[in-house]
Amino acid sequence: MQRRDFIQLSGLGIGSLLTAGVPIVGYSASPEYLRDLSTGEMGIDTAGKKQLSDVALNAAKSKGATYADVRIGRYLNQFMFTREKQVQNIVNTESFGVGVRVIANGTWGFAATSDVTPDGIAKCANTAVAIAKANAKLQKEPVQLAPQKGVGEVTWKTPIKKNAFEIPVQEKIDLLMNVNGEAMKNGAAFVTSNLFFVNEQKYFASTDGSYIDQDVHRIWPTFTISAVDRASGKFKTRDALSSPMGMGYEYLDGLNTEKIKAPNGLIGYRYAYDMVEDAALGAKQAKEKLTAKSVQPGKYDLVLDPNHLGLTIHESVGHPTELDRVLGYEANYAGTSFATLDKWKSKNFNYGSKLVNIMADKTQVGSLGAVGYDDEGVPCKQWNLIKDGILVNYQAIRDQAAILGEKESNGCCYADNWDSVQFQRMPNVSLQPGSEKRSVFDMIKGVDKGIYIIGRGSYSIDQQRYNFQFGGQLFYEIKNGELVGMLDDVAYQSNTQEFWNSCSQLCDQDDYRTFGSFFDGKGQPSQVSAVSHGSATTRFNGVNVINTGRKI
Amino acid sequence: MAILTKEEAKTIIDKVLAYSKSDEMSVNLAGGRTGNIRYARNAVSTSGESVNQSLSVTSVFGKRAGTATINEFDDASLEKTVRRAEEVARLAPENPEYMPMLGPQTYLNTDPYAESTAKMDPNYRAQATFDSLDPCRKKNLVAAGYMEDTARFNAIGNTKGLSAYNRETSVEFSITVRTADGLGSGYGTSDVTDVSKLSTKAVTEVAMGKAQASASARALEPGKYTVILEPAALVSNVDASLMVALIRSMDARNADEGRSFLSKKGGGTRLGEKLFDERVTINSDPTNPEVPSGAFSGDGRPQEKITWIEKGVVKNMPYSRYWAEKKGVKAVPPGGNFIMEGGTQSLADMIKGTEKGILVTRLWYIRPVDPQTLLYTGLTRDGTFYIENGQIKFPVKNFRFNESPVIMLNNLEAMGKPVRIGGNLVPPLKIRDFTFTSLSDAV
Repeated sequence: MQRRDFIQLSGLGIGSLLTAGVPIVGYSASPEYLRDLSTGEMGIDTAGKKQLSDVALNAAKSKGATYADVRIGRYLNQFMFTREKQVQNIVNTESFGVGVRVIANGTWGFAATSDVTPDGIAKCANTAVAIAKANAKLQKEPVQLAPQKGVGEVTWKTPIKKNAFEIPVQEKIDLLMNVNGEAMKNGAAFVTSNLFFVNEQKYFASTDGSYIDQDVHRIWPTFTISAVDRASGKFKTRDALSSPMGMGYEYLDGLNTEKIKAPNGLIGYRYAYDMVEDAALGAKQAKEKLTAKSVQPGKYDLVLDPNHLGLTIHESVGHPTELDRVLGYEANYAGTSFATLDKWKSKNFNYGSKLVNIMADKTQVGSLGAVGYDDEGVPCKQWNLIKDGILVNYQAIRDQAAILGEKESNGCCYADNWDSVQFQRMPNVSLQPGSEKRSVFDMIKGVDKGIYIIGRGSYSIDQQRYNFQFGGQLFYEIKNGELVGMLDDVAYQSNTQEFWNSCSQLCDQDDYRTFGSFFDGKGQPSQVSAVSHGSATTRFNGVNVINTGRKI
Repeated sequence: MAILTKEEAKTIIDKVLAYSKSDEMSVNLAGGRTGNIRYARNAVSTSGESVNQSLSVTSVFGKRAGTATINEFDDASLEKTVRRAEEVARLAPENPEYMPMLGPQTYLNTDPYAESTAKMDPNYRAQATFDSLDPCRKKNLVAAGYMEDTARFNAIGNTKGLSAYNRETSVEFSITVRTADGLGSGYGTSDVTDVSKLSTKAVTEVAMGKAQASASARALEPGKYTVILEPAALVSNVDASLMVALIRSMDARNADEGRSFLSKKGGGTRLGEKLFDERVTINSDPTNPEVPSGAFSGDGRPQEKITWIEKGVVKNMPYSRYWAEKKGVKAVPPGGNFIMEGGTQSLADMIKGTEKGILVTRLWYIRPVDPQTLLYTGLTRDGTFYIENGQIKFPVKNFRFNESPVIMLNNLEAMGKPVRIGGNLVPPLKIRDFTFTSLSDAV
């Protein structure tokens, strides 16, 4: 099995804080080696993977498995860490191995090995069957697997234009040094910047007759800028307004056509990000935060930017509609869900106002969730979770479909590595934009007393997903239809159902873009996944805002 | 791979060091076994065991460092790994903050290893799980739990003569018990070095009691309350937590740079200032028999007994080696554990001595709100009760809090007997004016 380490990041803002640090899986390798693997110049070809897969499937069947799937996975990571004028760390890792999952005697069994030879794989399949048979003795009800017709031999690849693993390390360092320099020039006291690149090469085969070869790419550029006022002893940070994407290095091209103009010189980034521009603006804004007015607590109409709203969608809609949580499988860790089966069955549970249409999907181009097939061979699709404000569906995988009376899986099964067992993970969950033409400028004009919030800040929600509190990166006070200045110490508290029912206005498709979470944790032992949340700027009326300023 | 002895590990490391052609080289050899079992809805959902081993080589030319890792230990593979690390180092950018490797060090004798834990197998885990599931099934309660056990070693050696070895074991167990109607929920957790000191049954019974007692909670108005925070409300293995956040926020460089709660107005740090109630004393000690930890930090620095906060005064702050050199002070590493001094009272005594207050089993989804003041938010979970005249009166609905551990440790009313949690020793604390800002319907 693999080493799993965590890198603790110092100097990162609270929005990007990961409790355990950045997870690092696999063995160190050189950037050139990763490049050759990523471009397919090295590694096992598809025919070789098919042969090895058949060894596993045949071994499992001969030992009595009624179903088996095998995942041969190569996972490549390149993570870069800098501060001010220096490179702190460059992590290059490769993790390669195979995981075999079976049903025997009506029970799941799973085993994994880094010995990717016919012998090693056959042994691994035997172990998986033995584990299934052992666990079957404790089992009360057999697994009911939704049928999935084999898809034959197919391939899928993230539609990237530039493979990040082919870009020389020096070019990436130059970019980050440029970002840091621009931040310092514009008043930052400190800056950390990071690039995260992931390439998952996954070959999936199952006894259904599927042989699926997928090449998945993800990217996340980010930074945290600190401004310090030594005299008053105050400091403030501003994180990047980028989004992690299911794209190649082209995301960093910063195309003007992908920029969405917003008030106060703010810029929204759609399918391209200008990291240097954002750093310059970020440093100025971090300084401005030092003297921003402390918010007067009370009820405000909130205008929430997509780069902020994505996390609220993630926590208050994404997690509560995971069927395994609803059923109690996560009770000891992340918790259960208020969105219980009776509410769904009633067909009239008002999750939100009539404007609220929330889709799950694994298909949006450029999103983190987009793949051709999930990790149990189900072709990806999109489906409604909330339709016209009513809870209409959940996120379910093959062994859960029957619980909902469905005949097929939603296709949202995922494992974060070859050595972890696949389970239900969040697909992209996105709020559909409004059908009426409306820009963020138009929306703000209609607000008398409000706050415009941009960026991912502090976030917390209870274990059944009722009560939440969110901060942000930037807050602007809205008075009588106009932005009147920056605010500080802002957080809003609400209840999920109350909040989504206060949704009163949506911007249109032209304002739509995705937010993302690159290292979303779930399960014990914990696995990460990456997921996007799309929305246009959206208005919520009369939300409770608290002041988070304290004296110590 | 089995747990290698100090001598076995040193033999391999010395062989690798002999291949070095770089200015400096260090070798880290680590390995061990980890097993886990997870259950939910009163049935086992997943279980597994994995063995890992790896040897990592860091080669340095000037201020350029490169690392390569391998899991095969034949001579050819080892030498190839050294050459790869050297290749990566030559191409790496210079790190202006690079510090030359440490020479030989003197370490304390610590013993964070128990054979009983190293010997744990699937049957042991299954029995421990049965001991927890069975009482829940019999009382028609619903259990979800997780146990993870680890036995591992790591050894470091470098071309400057440093040699360090540690082996350790740990078991972490947690359980959430819910009533069948979903109206009550209780939690229990325990972590040990020696598994013979863990009773999954006893921990489960605490969670069962809380689940039954917490059903049909009443709503109290949010506001400032006197609270008794159990150790699991102060330290968590699976989430951020108030005490761990405080300890991890004491880094000297961040304070010197003006971006920490320990930064001083006008520049400098608050080292030597009294920031907490005078009963607050926090140490690290790797030799403490209840919470033993390794004798060296990741970069080979010795872990010594050190006082971070004494009688409310900030006494020491952790430094990176680079920053310590720049400031001309001793490079004290962050501690491997922390020990907060407490009193002699049990939790029951503390409840008895409380006129009006709220007993908090644990806090959840704890996230920083303002790093300047260490303000954190989160919620109570799995057992929150109203206390009046020294008795638990009724369960209350969960609250969201917004509070800083710095303010909390100034509003100290009483401290109980410290208990082990997350590898640390922490007492239950009675705190006045703890800030609850809203109510939650979550059970």
